Amino acid sequence: MKWQRKDLTELRGLSAEEITCILDTASEFKGVGQRRLKKVPSLRGKTLINLFVEASTRTRTSFELAAVRLSADVVNITAGSSSLSKGESLKDTAKNLEALAADLIVLRHSAAGAAQFLAERLRAGVINAGDGSHEHPTQGLLDTFTIRERLGRIAGVKVGIVGDIRFSRVARSNLHALKKLGAEVIFIGPPTLVPPEFQRAGASISHRLDDVLGELDVINLLRIQHERQKAGYFPGTGEYAALFGLNAERAARLKPGALVMHPGPIHRGVELDGSVADGPQSVILDQVTNGLAVRMAILYLCASAPREQEETL
Amino acid sequence: MTSVAFEKTLLNASELASALARMADAMASELKNDDAVFLAGIPTRGVPLAKRLARELAVRGVECDCGSVDISMYRDDLGMREGISPLQNTELPVDLDRRTLVLVDDVQHTGRTARAAIEAVLAFGRPRRICLAVLVDRGGRELPIRPDFTGTQLSVAPNVRVRVRLAESDNGEEGAFAS
Repeated sequence: MKWQRKDLTELRGLSAEEITCILDTASEFKGVGQRRLKKVPSLRGKTLINLFVEASTRTRTSFELAAVRLSADVVNITAGSSSLSKGESLKDTAKNLEALAADLIVLRHSAAGAAQFLAERLRAGVINAGDGSHEHPTQGLLDTFTIRERLGRIAGVKVGIVGDIRFSRVARSNLHALKKLGAEVIFIGPPTLVPPEFQRAGASISHRLDDVLGELDVINLLRIQHERQKAGYFPGTGEYAALFGLNAERAARLKPGALVMHPGPIHRGVELDGSVADGPQSVILDQVTNGLAVRMAILYLCASAPREQEETL
Repeated sequence: MTSVAFEKTLLNASELASALARMADAMASELKNDDAVFLAGIPTRGVPLAKRLARELAVRGVECDCGSVDISMYRDDLGMREGISPLQNTELPVDLDRRTLVLVDDVQHTGRTARAAIEAVLAFGRPRRICLAVLVDRGGRELPIRPDFTGTQLSVAPNVRVRVRLAESDNGEEGAFAS
């Protein structure tokens, strides 16, 4: 197939073929890191703007490094430094960036749909780096890539995602990518954080980690945010850790060869014990390495998509 | 050109075989003193062509390894084409620096593919020398890059598409065609 999209705003709307195309492209880009020159000239002369209206260091750094390895020029704009803090609208900010001839805009924003909003209005390619509780497509792709690389397949793999599913864009993006490629996804957590509506989206649901632990090929632990506790979604981190934390005792009951994943940053001792995070089944640092390759693939594909010559707004 | 509805045969199967044999003759006499020759096919059809040339060279007493070099990441027209084809494998030897590397492609047209391939190879190392071997040189160069070994040389109008088909990749069909 030939990639045709200038934007990546969500995984829900992609076909299995498109997702596979991204993963295959990422495999080749992973090899670039092993070359003598760890840089390719693909995006030479193109400008990428990292527009991070919501703070993030790891995702922004990963996108920045990906762009640098592709020879693009990169400008970073963070929430505090942008005119958005002076009341400028998102559209005006983005139109200004486009007037500076940005070819690609990577957007992190607290509002669901922000990336799609810009994608429809700009000639530049727009990559969603997380929009509210909606999606975080590159995280979903890098998790899927890591599973495929380690287990050799996605079809038939049973993936448990544990934690704050209700508010998690990571859980949603993982669900869409994994389901399309034939995996089985189980969302695990307390009823307050794993509402039954997710069954309609194709996930199974469990409120008891111990019931399903032994069946999983992959366990992906999401970070538990203290804000949720304050808002009353669960009584305390101690109780959460006791019921849903992956400690050494639970890790021993995992299938041999099951993968332990976490999108980071980890709260050691809450959702994941340090010994398990650093243990032999952990692929957490692979996720970081693969994130770079996946983001290179996305930037490369979206920059290569044919552009309309003229556009009226 | 009047119509592109039909294909014209530029090389039939046996002409293709003798073109390859001519290339192998020229390569054998030029490369016989290079002790570490590597043939790098440019996907898609450069890869099986490199394998065939390696066999032909072995018959002529020149042993060489083969692999591939994908040029996609080194193109200079990103975003200017209709969509993008999947990336292909690159397989180059670890001891590239002491080698003579021959880039192998099916058709040479503008020379831009060869330019990108040279840049790709240089990202992996610094071969002793790089040569270029193409089955069909169709003319129409846009860069000062000329093949060292050519199966056949033609002068084809710019709007004509030249395609090579090989048994390995094209269901047994074999030859060079214009459409």
